[in-house]
Amino acid sequence: MTMTTISRRGLLKAGVAAAAASALPFSAARAAGDITIGALYVGPRDDFGWNQSHAAAMDILRGVPGVTVVEEENVPETDSVAKSMESMINLDGANLILATSFGYYNPFVLDTAAKYPDVQLRHCAPLWNPETDPKNAGSYFSYLNQAHYVNGVAAGLSSASGKLGFVAAKPVQTVLSNCNSFLLGARSVNPNATVQVIFTGEWSMPVREAEATNALIDAGCDVIGCHVDSPKVVIETAEARGAKTCGHNADQRSLAPNGFITGAESKWSTTYKIYAEALMKGEEVPNLIAGGYHNDMVMNTPFGAGATPEAIAAATAAIEGLKAGKPIYVGPLKDNKGNLVIEGAMDNYAPELEKMNYLLDGVMGSTT
Amino acid sequence: MSLSTSFPRSRFRPDARTAAIIESIVIPLGALIASALIFSLFLLVLGKDPIRFFGLVWTGGIGSAFSFQNTLQRAAPLILTGLAFAVPARIGMTLLGAEGALVLGGFSSAVIAIPMVLGGWPVWIGLPVMALAAMAVGGAWVGIAGWLRHYRGVNETISSLLLTYIAVAIMNFLVEGVFRDPGSTNKASTMPLGADWRVGDIPGTSVHWGLAAGLVLAVLLWVLMERTTFGFAARIAGGNLRAAQAQGLPVGKLAVASCVIAGACAGLAGFFEVAAVHGQANASLAAKYGFTGILVAFLARQNPMAVVPVAILFGALAASGGLVQRRMDMPDATMLVLQGIIFVTLLVSETLYGRLPFLQATQSGDRT
Repeated sequence: MTMTTISRRGLLKAGVAAAAASALPFSAARAAGDITIGALYVGPRDDFGWNQSHAAAMDILRGVPGVTVVEEENVPETDSVAKSMESMINLDGANLILATSFGYYNPFVLDTAAKYPDVQLRHCAPLWNPETDPKNAGSYFSYLNQAHYVNGVAAGLSSASGKLGFVAAKPVQTVLSNCNSFLLGARSVNPNATVQVIFTGEWSMPVREAEATNALIDAGCDVIGCHVDSPKVVIETAEARGAKTCGHNADQRSLAPNGFITGAESKWSTTYKIYAEALMKGEEVPNLIAGGYHNDMVMNTPFGAGATPEAIAAATAAIEGLKAGKPIYVGPLKDNKGNLVIEGAMDNYAPELEKMNYLLDGVMGSTT
Repeated sequence: MSLSTSFPRSRFRPDARTAAIIESIVIPLGALIASALIFSLFLLVLGKDPIRFFGLVWTGGIGSAFSFQNTLQRAAPLILTGLAFAVPARIGMTLLGAEGALVLGGFSSAVIAIPMVLGGWPVWIGLPVMALAAMAVGGAWVGIAGWLRHYRGVNETISSLLLTYIAVAIMNFLVEGVFRDPGSTNKASTMPLGADWRVGDIPGTSVHWGLAAGLVLAVLLWVLMERTTFGFAARIAGGNLRAAQAQGLPVGKLAVASCVIAGACAGLAGFFEVAAVHGQANASLAAKYGFTGILVAFLARQNPMAVVPVAILFGALAASGGLVQRRMDMPDATMLVLQGIIFVTLLVSETLYGRLPFLQATQSGDRT
């Protein structure tokens, strides 16, 4: 994930905007004109994962007077997405397009933005470059590792053995950061906690995800966290084996009535409300919105039956700490090969963290 | 007893040739109408309005200049992959290898372009070289299945299907390995070729040149199969292999040549996916156009010219599928159900050839 184009100042500014807007009661927004917002998903809307997290936010938007929501699911990352976006613009009169899959951006969002300068397009990943990309395009994304930290806190106090497992997709920065934050959350309440990670190599590979979950439980892990597109298989497999689970992307509580602790979710509705409000007032739609707990862009799933009372108390306190800017990465921290990687306390939005290519000491696993 | 006895004799008595033409129009059209009726029942059971549905298919697929261009763009790769199935089918081979040839052909064109882009070659040389490379690699790849069939007796359906999986795996391996652009972090891709190296749209439209290539090839291959000794020999071999061998026809060469032509068509589709759509090669090349092409060719009864309207029909269904999702709140799978019903109905309608009562009398004489 490249973050070179986004300065910390810009990020904080975006964060302040988000915080200010989320403080407003949304119903108070006056309708300067009715608007149509189109969203495109790469998979099914009800995947218990990435796509559902966006669809759930769009459902919230659907209830806002003056906003029409149109959605398309299973749109592949080919010219299909370009044509679907154009179809929303031409046939539905969409004012804003939300392209939620990574591969939609280049060239499809860029081309469509250039072709329709009066329509706003926003893409969910830190890819928009203010120097070169169209001004009616933009990016939004969340620092989900903050919610994974809270997962870790709750997992650390809900685990009997202190041995946690993590089913991961690919060893890229976002996934590594979520895994490392999960460990640091657990270590903040149990200094002996460990995280064993297995990479499946694909964003969605249900068979391997189930195998990884079973392997981690066989290795003695009693809480399983994860970062895959749709954690349904991981959560259900662990529940069937009697292990506890922490979710990712969407609300998976219903999949594990006995073992679910909490889950890391992006709160896309915050961003989408900001967009809708700006459009209805005829104001500029922000090009870049990013953030975490401090500006209400991430959240944790309500606690499930797997969370102990101590875990709930500590996790709730951890959320308050993150909202106040308490850092997750506090050095000195070594990676699991013995190299010193973080010296002092790092701001939660520090650009250095975007270059993360290591697993911290305490995580068992390899990035290669 | 002939069917014709139960109907009053029509005055209309076309000769056999005209009757064949009328059949080839009336039967598929009747099957389409029948499948529309069956699908309407399906919609009524779900409590949806069939008239609204077909209205949306019209609006989204044909009803406006934008919609029709959307349809044509989606039809473009299907014409080429449809041809890739239709040509070897005339010689009696069922080849499922178009997807693999498309993927490898597209990948090869993206790779061969890299030194030309870096070396500052003129685009008007570079693009044809890319297209030829894609056709050569695609042709060679499917040619393997033809060679295995004739010289080693390997079932071409199985071998070409397996070759497809191997092709996708090779492409993924190389895209994630030696040919990976270092800039593509979250989605491995080859080096972006840049805006100058894109095949543009047909002037006055937003449809890329792949459509024109498909139309030209459809005519050329129709001429090849219907009006040349090659096509005649291929059809003889397809009709009765032993008879063809007894006549001394070069059956092996015909088989391999048909496979190479098929692979070249699919490879060309891959070239257009790279040069007109993605601007680079990545996993999105495997968009299943190769498999949809099988359906297209089947419905076109392996006639290269008929592939064009059928591909456009499928393009229209794909183009309007999004609108149906958005307006009628129906899942993405709706269009697959309709496609499935059309497919089965058309297969059933195959049994009607030579049995239409009003054409019967002149075709087979009075048999009462």
